[in-house]
Amino acid sequence: MKKGTLRQILLLTDGCSNQGEDPAATAALAFEQGIAVNVIGILDHDESEESHGLTEVEEIALSGGGVSQLVYSEALSQTVQMVTKQAMNETLQGFVNQELKQILGKDQSLEDIEPEKRGEIVEVVEELGETTDLEVLILLDTSASMHHKLQMVKAALIDLSISLNARTGKNRFAIYSFPGKRKNIQKVLDWTPKLDSISSVFPKITSGGITPTGPALREAIYQFGKKSLLRSFRHGDEPGLEETGY
Amino acid sequence: MAMNRDWKKQVTSIPPGTLIQGKFKGNNYMMKRKLGEGAIGTVYLCQHGNQTAALKISEKQTSMTLEVNVLKALKQVRGNLLGPALLDVDDWLAPNGRTYTFYVMEYVQGESVQQFFRKNGASWLGLFMVQLLEDLEKLHEAGWVFGDLKTDNLLISQAPPRIRWIDVGGVTQIGRAIKEYTEFYDRGYWGLGSRRAEPSYDLFALAIIFLEIFYPQRFSRPETRRASFLFKRIDRVKALQPYAPVLKKAITGTYTSSNQMKREVKQIIFSRKNQSKRETGKIGLLEAMWIFLFSILSILTSLCF
Ligand SMILES: Nc1ncnc2c1ncn2[C@@H]1O[C@H](COP(=O)(O)OP(=O)(O)O)[C@@H](O)[C@H]1O
Ligand SMILES: [Mg+2]
Repeated sequence: MKKGTLRQILLLTDGCSNQGEDPAATAALAFEQGIAVNVIGILDHDESEESHGLTEVEEIALSGGGVSQLVYSEALSQTVQMVTKQAMNETLQGFVNQELKQILGKDQSLEDIEPEKRGEIVEVVEELGETTDLEVLILLDTSASMHHKLQMVKAALIDLSISLNARTGKNRFAIYSFPGKRKNIQKVLDWTPKLDSISSVFPKITSGGITPTGPALREAIYQFGKKSLLRSFRHGDEPGLEETGY
Repeated sequence: MAMNRDWKKQVTSIPPGTLIQGKFKGNNYMMKRKLGEGAIGTVYLCQHGNQTAALKISEKQTSMTLEVNVLKALKQVRGNLLGPALLDVDDWLAPNGRTYTFYVMEYVQGESVQQFFRKNGASWLGLFMVQLLEDLEKLHEAGWVFGDLKTDNLLISQAPPRIRWIDVGGVTQIGRAIKEYTEFYDRGYWGLGSRRAEPSYDLFALAIIFLEIFYPQRFSRPETRRASFLFKRIDRVKALQPYAPVLKKAITGTYTSSNQMKREVKQIIFSRKNQSKRETGKIGLLEAMWIFLFSILSILTSLCF
């Protein structure tokens, strides 16, 4: 099995978008390009989990083939690394399931296999999760309401880098914030293998009251580079992990 | 991870008397009471024929399968008190139409670490440290790291007193990224090391466990100078004084094997100086005797395998 690169966008936000295209549609587009979109909705203490703006969180992740989770900012670190790893595993599991279907027949899935025999398959997914290369673009909502949450976000991202860099596979991270000055997104940190030096570059809050989540997601897709997008689109030279849809 | 809370609740509160039948193998288990729950699943006391066992059930198929893999692998390790014995694995088709994965294991009857020390006092510290280090040594030699070593995942069983670990969800092959951890016990969280599975990862968590016995409310992490913060917490506890140098070395990652740490702990326990001290912080004669017996026992068992 050839090694590929998993690509993810990690959207950190606390509310609903109010400008531009529907972010769920853009997320579907990302997924189509082989990029999973994970969304973490950061709650305030007076907010309930059923709160209105946060249903969008789930919708974006659903159409983006990723994982979503609502969380209070204290628990952010554990959630961020858990969501990222879980999304990796789901993508890899999807890929392995596809292979399985070719071996076992169309309607077979892990559930139909006797639990005693699932072990080896799950081990393959673990192995891939440990060794595969990963690119995560962090897309950070810096609208005014995020003000008191940014400190926790910073700690969570450093923690994410500690977790992922314990793996054998290589990692690349980039951080963008939105809304940008006159642009949809603003580069905070270019692609880098580690995040432990982010303290100095961490973004400030942008005021203005707009949250263009859809357009920001679209810009984020482009940051993975044209070459790799074309390649994953053609399902070409690197089979398997580059593929989308299962 | 859109979660419907109703069905999540079902599996965390299965009523006593419910009969769980395996979908593939057909074995029956009568639920008796809930033993506990964690991030992965819920554990019940159950009855199978006239055998009592513990049954862990969850909707997280992958995590459960990985735990079963580990329990199977641990069976191969000699001495094998490393985790509860695995008895059965199957799926359950619940009345709500959902399928859950469960596995059945040996029921470890015992009390929590906190409970034990509240009742019996600090003179048992050394014994449990040695026992845990013995077990870790065997585990590490077999190529694994425990990972999620914490108070919640330990039980103390009686006659003779023995500390046992129960939740193998964090057990990771040496060299890989730690599968599961809990921040308070995680050296990565404290900024004192990586999350790569190495013996020293477990030894750090072990030091925190013994510290936590005296700080049941725990403490929060400062922004800087975290090692010296932990050192100060150790120094403030009289009962930990004999072990302070060893615990500090575990915190800074000085030991590369459990064996090194175990030997130093034993030296502390058996040194005359510590035994004759009569204030708190002493090591009891009784405790030294237990450890002596325990050492002989573990030598004997390793000879048998
Ligand atoms: N074999 C066992 N015997 C007795 N009690 C157990 C056993 N396994 C688990 N428990 C109890 O159930 C709790 C949760 O089980 P655990 O395996 O730790 O779940 P999780 O992986 O979700 O953390 C434990 O803290 C313990 O109190
Ligand atoms: Mg547990």
